[in-house]
Amino acid sequence: MPVTLASTSLGERVYIHCLTATGTMRRRLLDLGFTPGNSIVPLYRSPLGDPTAYAVMGTVIALRRADAETVLVVPHQEEARS
Amino acid sequence: MNAYRILLAGNPNVGKSTVFNALTGLKQHTGNWSGKTVDLACGTFCCDGVSVTVTDLPGTYSVISNSAEEEIARNAILFEPSDLVLVVADATCLARNLNLLLQIREIAPSVALCVNLMDEAERKGIAVDLAQLEQALRIPVIGISAHRKRDLSRLKHWLTHLLPDMPMSDPSPPFFYPKPIEDAMVRLASYLPPSDFSERVLPLKALDNPAIAAQLLDALSIGNRERCAFLSAVQTERDALSAQGISPVHLRDMVVESIVATSNRIAAAHTRVRTPASHTYKWDKILTSRRFGILIMLGFLGLLLWITVCGANLPSQLLFSLFEGFTPYLSAFWNFLHLPPFFASLLTDGVYHTVSWVTAVMLPPMAIFFPLFTLLEDLGFLPRLAFNMDRCFCSAGTCGKQALTMCMGLGCNAVGVTGCRIFSSERERLAAMITNCFIPCNGRFSMLITLSSLFLGTALLPSAQSLVSALFILCFILIGTAVTLGVTKLFTLCFFREDPVGFSLELPPFRKPKIGETLLCSLVDRTVKILVRAIRVSAPAGAVIWLMANITVCGESILQLCAGFLDPFARLMGMDGIILLAFLLALPANEIVLPIILMGYLSVGTFTDMASTAAIGSLLTQNGWDIGTAVCVMLFSLLHFPCGTTLLTLYKESGSIRWMFLGFLIPTACAVLVCMICNGIFSLLV
Repeated sequence: MPVTLASTSLGERVYIHCLTATGTMRRRLLDLGFTPGNSIVPLYRSPLGDPTAYAVMGTVIALRRADAETVLVVPHQEEARS
Repeated sequence: MNAYRILLAGNPNVGKSTVFNALTGLKQHTGNWSGKTVDLACGTFCCDGVSVTVTDLPGTYSVISNSAEEEIARNAILFEPSDLVLVVADATCLARNLNLLLQIREIAPSVALCVNLMDEAERKGIAVDLAQLEQALRIPVIGISAHRKRDLSRLKHWLTHLLPDMPMSDPSPPFFYPKPIEDAMVRLASYLPPSDFSERVLPLKALDNPAIAAQLLDALSIGNRERCAFLSAVQTERDALSAQGISPVHLRDMVVESIVATSNRIAAAHTRVRTPASHTYKWDKILTSRRFGILIMLGFLGLLLWITVCGANLPSQLLFSLFEGFTPYLSAFWNFLHLPPFFASLLTDGVYHTVSWVTAVMLPPMAIFFPLFTLLEDLGFLPRLAFNMDRCFCSAGTCGKQALTMCMGLGCNAVGVTGCRIFSSERERLAAMITNCFIPCNGRFSMLITLSSLFLGTALLPSAQSLVSALFILCFILIGTAVTLGVTKLFTLCFFREDPVGFSLELPPFRKPKIGETLLCSLVDRTVKILVRAIRVSAPAGAVIWLMANITVCGESILQLCAGFLDPFARLMGMDGIILLAFLLALPANEIVLPIILMGYLSVGTFTDMASTAAIGSLLTQNGWDIGTAVCVMLFSLLHFPCGTTLLTLYKESGSIRWMFLGFLIPTACAVLVCMICNGIFSLLV
């Protein structure tokens, strides 16, 4: 069952299932490597609680909670592309 | 000699500027954060009898326009005549870089790929098969490590051999869009004259972005009848796609998705990861930790300021005595030329003194602070600052990237305003542009340092003078930040009420800065350039102010008349007429505020010996300055209207006179208000 990226805990490796954002933010996320099937690890949070840094495709990208909620993820790679 | 033009494109932070500098021999500063290169830099190199002009485009993740800088990059690729677009890519995350490459390949007739950071990839256990990549993409590919001199000369030779018989990229694309889009593109292409390149890019752009298609049609010089037929066909196809549920936004998403999927596929097929990455992100976790994150950032800034205050004093004194010692020779020289006393005094007391004060006061703090700050920048400190601060900016209606443009403003507000192109939303961009002047640029920075060490450090705790003044400057920067946040909040509430847009920020790996090179570059480039500008402005300003002080109307000098006129208003803000006049006269450049004040006082007083910073202090005290005056002047300097160059940049970047006026009025109102309140508090206390 996919959950949002915002609800994952730090250090837990997950796989992207799909993006629910549309328009600019969707394209931006795709450009940055948030594409279905890719693995992603939440690394650390800002001292003020938001945003969170994620390791994706060999780089570290920070996203806010509101944007991370538009990324749906699953715990295993096999489920990601279904 | 054959001359060629190439455009340099690439993701942020892939060493694009390093490649550019190495190719052209220019010294554009390379920073370890995205958004460093915002303007189009241009340079030329000659090799093997070929002259190549290189234009450095801003680093972007995409050219399917999401922000102002992406638009700049896209328009340069589409409309600037060039022989080749060289895409610089990061070997350690090739998939994401190929995404940009494929997007560019769709809109540029000839493209080549330069895979950078091959050594870093090797260290991370990533092997890139360049030959296979070349086959898959059907464009020339080279792999380099940009910090190796040998690799760069290899790149130069490769380019100069490639350019003379550069083939057009294979017109058949390495991938296809979803069928309805491809079909529409084929139908539209039949309206166009046959050509290898435009028959794909033009239909695609016409479906996605009609405004760009119209510009492309202009560039192709297509007859009016064909043009009308094509445009009406475009409308039909757009309607047909909408009827199938593919709206314009959806279409653009689908285009990006196809490209991303292709780049993932190609990258996965031609790179091998031997050892999976085992990165701990230890430093990141410390720098952004809940308990220490903010403290460490403040600590770093405070430390930098403290080193600056400590180190600036001695060279400042030396410069003062050097310039003072030179004065007799200057007088002798004027005598030798038989210059009338009026002109001799104009040149010595007006021009020479102003220039020497500006130099002695400005040069040492700048030469210490900015190279050190550049080191932090190279290390990768700034994106972490943006990451830590994002929450504050989010509640003000913008995002953490504003911390980046503020840091650019610390060098020069005009650069900071230009830097605001990194924002993807108009609201964030305008808010950041208008509030950029609340961060002291180096012109005001040196005055803050001088006044802080003269009035706050010595007066409050003489034993730890420099530490106290550094802390006060830190406070002033924090006040500037707080005002930035407050004004941004008000601004976004008043002018833009739309929902916040998404935010994403790359945190690049820490890179060891090349200390010697960075220090030298920063010293030569930034410090000397800024100093030259300051001298160029202060020399005529010195002459004007001397004339104002020495031409009398009805027994009083023009300077005194103006100052007298401003005096009652200035007193309300805890200053005097001369100070306010100095701020107004210094509109062309903030550097000259303090020299104008000194000149103004000297023209009425008898104090002539000006051989040290301490002498400035006693001149100011003689003219009624106390801690309150100093604090008010510093606050006014921090918050008042930006300099003329910044205002012009604001006009150019926003494209409207309205934002320029707001950019003048809002800070001025803040400065007046804050100084009045501060003066009120001081007069209650004393």
